[in-house]
Amino acid sequence: MSGLVFDSIVKKFGDFTAVHETSLTIPQGKFVCLLGPSGCGKTTLLRMIAGLEDPTTGRILLEGNDVTRIPTHQRDFGMVFQNLALFPHLSVGENIAYPLRIRGGSKADCFKAVKRLLDLVQLPDMADRPVARLSGGQKQRVAIARALALEPKLFLLDEPLSALDAKLRESMQIELKQLQQKLGITTIVVTHDQREAMTMADLVVVMSQGKVHQVAPPVEIYRKPKDAFVADFIGSTNLISGRVSAAGKIAVAGGTLLADDLPKSGDVTLSVRPENIRLTKENGENSLGTLTGDVSYIRDLGASIEFYLNVAGQQITAITTPSDRPDVVAGDSVSVAFPKDACVVLGDA
Amino acid sequence: MKIKPGKFSDYAAIGFPAGMLTVFFVIPFGIMIAMSFFQRVQGAFYEPAFVFENYARFLSTFFAGILGFSVGLAALVAVVSVLLAFPFTYILTRMARQTQVVWLVFLLSVLSLSEVLIGFGWSTLLSRTAGITNLLVSLGIMDKPMSLSPSFGAVMTGMVYQTFPYTVLVLYPALSRLDPSLVEAARTLGSGPARSFLNVVVPALRNSIVSTLIMVFVFALGCYLLPQLLGKPSHWTLSVLITDQAIYQSNMPFAAAMAVFLVLVSLSLVAISLLYGKKENAG
Ligand SMILES: Nc1ncnc2c1ncn2[C@@H]1O[C@H](COP(=O)(O)OP(=O)(O)OP(=O)(O)O)[C@@H](O)[C@H]1O
Ligand SMILES: [Mg+2]
Repeated sequence: MSGLVFDSIVKKFGDFTAVHETSLTIPQGKFVCLLGPSGCGKTTLLRMIAGLEDPTTGRILLEGNDVTRIPTHQRDFGMVFQNLALFPHLSVGENIAYPLRIRGGSKADCFKAVKRLLDLVQLPDMADRPVARLSGGQKQRVAIARALALEPKLFLLDEPLSALDAKLRESMQIELKQLQQKLGITTIVVTHDQREAMTMADLVVVMSQGKVHQVAPPVEIYRKPKDAFVADFIGSTNLISGRVSAAGKIAVAGGTLLADDLPKSGDVTLSVRPENIRLTKENGENSLGTLTGDVSYIRDLGASIEFYLNVAGQQITAITTPSDRPDVVAGDSVSVAFPKDACVVLGDA
Repeated sequence: MKIKPGKFSDYAAIGFPAGMLTVFFVIPFGIMIAMSFFQRVQGAFYEPAFVFENYARFLSTFFAGILGFSVGLAALVAVVSVLLAFPFTYILTRMARQTQVVWLVFLLSVLSLSEVLIGFGWSTLLSRTAGITNLLVSLGIMDKPMSLSPSFGAVMTGMVYQTFPYTVLVLYPALSRLDPSLVEAARTLGSGPARSFLNVVVPALRNSIVSTLIMVFVFALGCYLLPQLLGKPSHWTLSVLITDQAIYQSNMPFAAAMAVFLVLVSLSLVAISLLYGKKENAG
């Protein structure tokens, strides 16, 4: 089995289970984001990969080899810490050369490597600066360069961009992604920012409360969330509960909706993204997949317009672009259409 | 915003510490400096004067030797204490909270022991009749018990025992504030635990180490009972001689002159190491 494999990993701190039994495969060369709310166990999972935390049970395999018991310093994984952990007593160049120097690299080799790495992270001619005199973004780059100095088998980053301001963060996300594509190195980034995950990842691992909910490419996570937690955590959504009434049909409060991949019977929850809902002025007819509701509030954000609706007692949000804006005002009755392919049936969380 | 000085109340806040400093430090030290120029009256005590005789007297090889020994002993005690206490404190700060509290309370209680108690305790432990060598004999490691005191080793042992808890408590805040991810970063970069400690923890805390060395050095310089209780006369320090002159020889001016000299020597050593530390930091 190639890539990084979690085989029934469990991590407990005393009585508290930080990571529930998890099995997961991260393919070689991919850019993976561990995404989830604070305290869900992302850092713990990453630290177990690095060997900084021992799994309570289970194994971690890399390219088929069990690495669970290999000490951190023999794993050759590059890691960028949340607070960067640059050595304050060393200069930029000495920080980057540290892993080479302790392996007995010659001065000339270290110098060449530092130059190459600083060029890679676009900080040329900075080698002699003390790290205390760098800006946040520069420190970030130095930490990345240091972690890559050994040409590691795995590149691990724990919320590497959280300390940067919004603008710099966005450009660093793109840069990091390009760097990873250039090097082709398996990269795992912890983040709680779903936009960041969507920007960078080939594969997103959505977690909450120590459990992995879904592992999929970003677009699939957005379009086909597996359960209510994922649907709600990634972007915003409308959750509608109903009961399967006939093949492909769901009876919900106020009418009937259509969806694919329905179970034969029983209660189901649907996720419908606000931008997929179509609004028209109430015209009296009530076809399948269309419900009737009242506009309670309109929020015009310029680039998009949000409609807050009351549909048979349930709050529904719809978003349109200005060009598609229906001719309605607050208090109007509207027809609310839920296209069949926009209704995603959720599994149990 | 800049506060205009002038009103009396502006100074009230620093009045108390300034007053304490004056009463407990500036005035006694001033008296001591003045007294160091007084003249001793044979058979009586001393009389006010302005002579350099007291200073001139210890510009001899005898006193130079003792001064050298005192400074060397204090420096050695400081180095040994820090060498022992630094790794100890590092390990302590990585332990569970409760374990740390237990250790700190224990060290505080050792700190509360007086020099006299420590001196007599160690001289018993190092004696031939009741000392630890008896234990070694009963374990079959030694042939017959021997006396380990008085000796230089005994003086060192006693003084390091006394300064060790102090050193740990001074190092503790800096080490417990040390970011654990620095060591973890070193480990992910390929250095084992011992090397990470030497390459990262020690240099990152260089300033704390230097200031702790200075504090323990000054503390050890003032030690005057342990060298007498555990050492031979050749191990007596300047502090012992000062006590001897002041109390037993009733030569207050000479004792004052030696004390002033000791203070100046230690202050200049401290200043030198601070200057050195500053230059290293800037470079
Ligand atoms: N050393 C530890 N001892 C006890 N509990 C721990 C320890 N480390 C983490 N935990 C707990 O495990 C859970 C997961 O922590 P973790 O740091 O992995 O969260 P996270 O997803 O990285 O959160 P954040 O986004 O806030 O960094 C938390 O509830 C945390 O309190
Ligand atoms: Mg975290």
